[in-house]
Amino acid sequence: MNMDAWTALALSLKVAGCATLIDLVLGVAVGFLLARKRFPGRELLDTLLTLPMVMPPTVLGYYLLVLIGRHGWLGAWLQNSFGINLIFTWQGAVIAAAVVVFPLVFKPARAAFEAVDGQLEQAARVLGVSEAALFFRVTLPLAWRGILAGVLLGFARALGEFGATLMVAGSIPGRTQTLSIAVYEAVQAGQDDTANLMVLLTSFVCVAVLLTAGRLAPGRLLGR
Amino acid sequence: MLLDLDIRKLMRAGKQSFQLDVRLKTDSQRIVILGPSGSGKSLTLKAVAGLLRPDAGHIRLDGHVLFDAARGIDLAPQKRELAYVFQDYALFPHLTVRQNIAFPLLKGWLNPRRQQRHEQVDYWCEAFQLGQVADQYPHELSGGQKQRTALARALVTHPRALLLDEPFAALDQGLRALMRNELKELQHRLQVPMVLITHDPEDAAVFGDHVVDLREGRIAPAADVEQMNRA
Repeated sequence: MNMDAWTALALSLKVAGCATLIDLVLGVAVGFLLARKRFPGRELLDTLLTLPMVMPPTVLGYYLLVLIGRHGWLGAWLQNSFGINLIFTWQGAVIAAAVVVFPLVFKPARAAFEAVDGQLEQAARVLGVSEAALFFRVTLPLAWRGILAGVLLGFARALGEFGATLMVAGSIPGRTQTLSIAVYEAVQAGQDDTANLMVLLTSFVCVAVLLTAGRLAPGRLLGR
Repeated sequence: MLLDLDIRKLMRAGKQSFQLDVRLKTDSQRIVILGPSGSGKSLTLKAVAGLLRPDAGHIRLDGHVLFDAARGIDLAPQKRELAYVFQDYALFPHLTVRQNIAFPLLKGWLNPRRQQRHEQVDYWCEAFQLGQVADQYPHELSGGQKQRTALARALVTHPRALLLDEPFAALDQGLRALMRNELKELQHRLQVPMVLITHDPEDAAVFGDHVVDLREGRIAPAADVEQMNRA
């Protein structure tokens, strides 16, 4: 039984890690777009992407089933074109976690980009540095602090994801049963020892994440 | 330097609108655009640098066309080979003085490393007495040191012209006189053409071979700097 706890933990870390990585890339891109570009429907897009923060995870999970399920329009296409099925797989759990966590990553990224003094970017332009280069040399280093804060929060939240993951990926021990779902199952089955172990494990991991966050104090990244 | 400026731009903010209409042709090495805040002098300088796109007209510098609405030419700021010193210097806060000065020397996706040495950077650190603070960050510098760093960063690229936005406004009275003399001496030594915008007639008197008065987006009949100097 104890092995199951470790398997669940490993799976949770894998799912949360992948989801956070996806959200980091997409969140930085979307955050930058929303902060720097003017286009019609900008605030509407922001609102739509923020919805996962306020909607019940089960509702989100249902939407995802409709979208990527075997008969969903994206799911059917994936199945027919590539033979890919996401439902009841750990990859499905990653997608569920990524969607739930996305607002926690892109919102701080947008705020961080908005806080970067546009004049510094103008200065870099006049100094002859290309748009792409100045993003990596000026904008990103100055926004990094806020982005990292969002990413760490997102990772912690992804570790605890329950509702949407359960709807999309189910609870298959060793395959899609993440730690937070395993705790629920253990309690339901009256396996208090297992539940205790897993709850302690979860708490320990969360403390470790927060301590790591503290060690990665952005001041150091900036070289100050 | 032959500067041929003829630009129009309508700015809107809510119900307010502002029409910029600047025509200026000069072959002076030191041009000063004098005007109160809100007169459009910053907009004019930004247009020259390529940071603001005029609605119509043209900007030519020494025969190079930087902007020409009729011919559809609008050179990116990166291609104009100008240097711009911002009023509050716009030093990169995450880079040291040395890295700031070396910034335009590298065009790739990475910033110069802290330890990296460039002959030109060392030269400018020396010339501007920045050696002591070369490894410090902008927030640790005095006003004068910040300005010298900004100037060094601007000059290290050998620009065709130096654009200065209220270069002394952020300095206190005593330092202002000092830096004014320093810049004047530097300009004489390097013979780099410059366009300076200011609200302070004192700056115009010290620098301007050619002083123009900007009022509400338009250039008032030219003031003769020789007269101002004698006055």
